[in-house]
Amino acid sequence: MSKTKLIVATTSLAGCFGCHMSLLDIDERILELVEVVEFNRSPIDDFKEFTKECDLGLVEGGCCNAENVRVLREFREHCKILVAVGQCAITGGLPAMRNGISMKELLEEAYFNGVTVGNKMIPNDEEIPAILDRVYPCHEIVKIDAFLPGCAPRADLIWEVLNRIIEGKSLDNLTYKNFKYD
Amino acid sequence: MEQGHIKINIDGREIIAKEGQSIVQAARDNGIFIPTLCDFKSLQPAGTCRMCLVKVGERYVSACTTIVSQGMSVENESVELKENRKSLIEMLFVEGNHMCPSCEKSGNCQLQALAYRYQMTAPRYPFSFTQRKIDASLPYLVVEHNRCIQCLRCVRGVKAKDGHDIFGFIDRGGAIHISVDTTDTEAATEVIAQKAMDICPVGALIKKGGAYRVPIGERKYDNEVIGSDVEKERDKV
Repeated sequence: MSKTKLIVATTSLAGCFGCHMSLLDIDERILELVEVVEFNRSPIDDFKEFTKECDLGLVEGGCCNAENVRVLREFREHCKILVAVGQCAITGGLPAMRNGISMKELLEEAYFNGVTVGNKMIPNDEEIPAILDRVYPCHEIVKIDAFLPGCAPRADLIWEVLNRIIEGKSLDNLTYKNFKYD
Repeated sequence: MEQGHIKINIDGREIIAKEGQSIVQAARDNGIFIPTLCDFKSLQPAGTCRMCLVKVGERYVSACTTIVSQGMSVENESVELKENRKSLIEMLFVEGNHMCPSCEKSGNCQLQALAYRYQMTAPRYPFSFTQRKIDASLPYLVVEHNRCIQCLRCVRGVKAKDGHDIFGFIDRGGAIHISVDTTDTEAATEVIAQKAMDICPVGALIKKGGAYRVPIGERKYDNEVIGSDVEKERDKV
């Protein structure tokens, strides 16, 4: 009898895709993974929208603009278990280094005063998602069920967590050598 | 029992302590780890960080500043105290800007190591994202105020050759921050920068030019849980 596959969605918000790279870093175990999970909305299979309800959502990156918030809320709505993956999702991470600096100063530095800036203008097109006042960790926007620390989380940690979720086990006491913030 | 020795018990285990020792020292001698941040080797304990909070009777006391007494009963590893410590670590993480991925001290940082020990994932408190200064004006030393936990180990432990202060602190309470006397010629030396970096439990004092030498996986707390060196001695006692 074939087992029901766990349906997984993944996304990268204000992240660098490093966490997704780390997921791929499980190497040949990915063959074992596809036996037990089915990817839905994810850059891994290039599904742009949810086509069904998911058991698990993996979110990389925090929220730096309105689009990130929209996607995160959509993930919350469609995923039973939502996991914040990596330091950016958990703390805001590197993008959050802008927090505490005024928007005016940030935009001027990026689009006027930066040494490599050619065409000096602040982009203001309605197609561009509105930037937020600061970068928000995911759990400040929606309820997050579990956190997977690391920059990026070690592939072995991702593997361990995926297996525990598949087996319905607790995520307490993860393997020490994989539980890192860098 | 030898002269000058007394009996106390920690978490129900009877141990022999030396008179005049702090609870932290007595515990360490007996292979029991009580987490500390502001306590450092031979320095006079300051009791600033509250990491070592234990329960003696019904009272919470800092184990680094409390001297043992005959028959003292100490609670250290209870669920409540562990939760207190985790909560305290989380408060330190949200109070400053502790960006582990970009920190030179990552892997060798005691705050981070304690967070690993207590398996902190996301702090329960909101991040403050306070903007603090980075002072890199000295030739060998970077003072990164974003990462300072105000333990005052540098203030207490890094002194000039004739014993005068190089580090001090300004303001009090929530506004307290450390300062370096940049006009002091010794503050500009490599020796002081190294000493400062070694004494700092976090990445607030960094010696220039030596970062990221040890690869990930080989750093102090990559494989060993903080306190496991103390706990290994437990069976030998």
